[in-house]
Amino acid sequence: MLYAVICYNSEAVVGAWSKEKDDAVMDHHKGVLAKFAGKGKLGPVARLMPTTTATTVRTGREMMVLDGPFAETKEQLLGFYLFDCETLEEVIAAARELVSEPGAMEIRPVQYFNPGNQLLAETK
Amino acid sequence: MSDLGWIDAALTSARPQAVAALLRYFRNLETAEEAFQEACLRALQKWPVNGPPRDPAAWLILVGRNFALDEARRKSKQTALPDEDLLSNTDDAETALADRLDGEDYRDDVLRLLFVCCHPDLPSTQQIALALRIVSGLSVQEIARAFLVGEAAMEQRITRAKRRISQADVPFDTPGAVERAQRLSTVAAMIYLLFNEGYSASGGELHIREPLCEEAIRLSRLLLRLFRGDPEMLGLNALLLLQHARAPARLDVEGQIVLMEDQNRLLWRRDLIAEAFALLDKAVRLKSPGPYQIQAAIAAVHARAARGEDTNWHEIDRLYALLETIQPSPVVTLNRAVAVMKCEGPEAALKMIEPLEVTLSSYFHFHGLRGGLLMQLGRNEDARIAFDKAISLANTAAEAAHIRQHLDKLMNEGKKRKTN
Repeated sequence: MLYAVICYNSEAVVGAWSKEKDDAVMDHHKGVLAKFAGKGKLGPVARLMPTTTATTVRTGREMMVLDGPFAETKEQLLGFYLFDCETLEEVIAAARELVSEPGAMEIRPVQYFNPGNQLLAETK
Repeated sequence: MSDLGWIDAALTSARPQAVAALLRYFRNLETAEEAFQEACLRALQKWPVNGPPRDPAAWLILVGRNFALDEARRKSKQTALPDEDLLSNTDDAETALADRLDGEDYRDDVLRLLFVCCHPDLPSTQQIALALRIVSGLSVQEIARAFLVGEAAMEQRITRAKRRISQADVPFDTPGAVERAQRLSTVAAMIYLLFNEGYSASGGELHIREPLCEEAIRLSRLLLRLFRGDPEMLGLNALLLLQHARAPARLDVEGQIVLMEDQNRLLWRRDLIAEAFALLDKAVRLKSPGPYQIQAAIAAVHARAARGEDTNWHEIDRLYALLETIQPSPVVTLNRAVAVMKCEGPEAALKMIEPLEVTLSSYFHFHGLRGGLLMQLGRNEDARIAFDKAISLANTAAEAAHIRQHLDKLMNEGKKRKTN
């Protein structure tokens, strides 16, 4: 089963990290991800920019382009991972390993998956 | 990260929101700060045991508010203290308060808190010190270190500034649209000053003080989250990110200034540059250019050039010309002269800055640029005088050292000519 693991945390907290702290967290993540990649269980991974860069296109009676993220929440969507795991337990274990800071990881089984073009090498 | 480390991060990030709400409630800065301090102490007791509350800011506001009300009651000897358990069981109240915090009030609260720090009677350094103390929650010691003054002197400066604003009228009504825009622009100017204080330190040995830059970016992100569609806040945020992105390349290992053209651009922080570009893309869609957006656009031209010689100086000249029309200032013209030098040569640039001599006679960068232009034109004696003047006006050791390099070069040329 493919699972999306979706990372949430307070942007105010994450945004106040020093570069060293941020690098340390990213290194931790990269270590865990490398392990799953080695087992052929890792799909695309993305870290998103702060919600200050977000734009939302909303449809109602007419299409509107709005500044800001889809929802104003206390914790923000920071990024996501895709794992190929046999069981829910296995993906929960993966999420636990990824979490090094207080925050939340939502696990959602994937219904449809299209890997798209392989246009993206690992970027920062 | 340990529990305590996490609590520290949560308290710091909740601080502007919590102190701002407490200020609205008590209409007194000192009471608001005391209440917040007390709430933090309780958080340090409760959170390690109970885990973090769902909304840390709401928790702190509620606990701080209850504490301050108790204090007021105790002072007026009206009623006994309430039950501690009642106070601690804040779940429902927290939820209700959290809902309200998401509303419009809260952004005006934070804006007001920053705005009171910008009281026009206060000199800009005091505005910045006050904002760092009250909004960012830096200790007096940290602020004193950042400004390179003694702790006692900084303590006194902050106390005096606080007294000043406690006597002033703090506007507690919900602002109208025009007033809100005015406050936002006052606060934006203060944040920009704070950033510049770190970007190009106004005194001492250290030329760059990164913590001040980072704090300015944090505050500008906070404001942008609250005023998402404001083009100038987008511009300010982008500008600060672009300037800060160059920090790892701006000084060499010996702490000497490296000019932008000579910087190792691989050291520039691409993550910050990409974020700034995303913000500028949003700003452009709003079709309402302003000074911060234009300055960010200029910084973006530099960020796009892979090498110094790839810089599109004509675009920079065009942007400075636009900035000159909407916000004319001698410093803007001085900066434009650099672009003119690149596009048309030193003679045209020199002609452009000569009229600025009266207003910028005590400005380090004026004499530095003038000396550089004169040197390019082969007027070495005039260049030497200009460089000497620049050194006497240098704000930091690094600035002075940079000009001395030019002087050394002139001296060497002079020697060569004699020996030839």
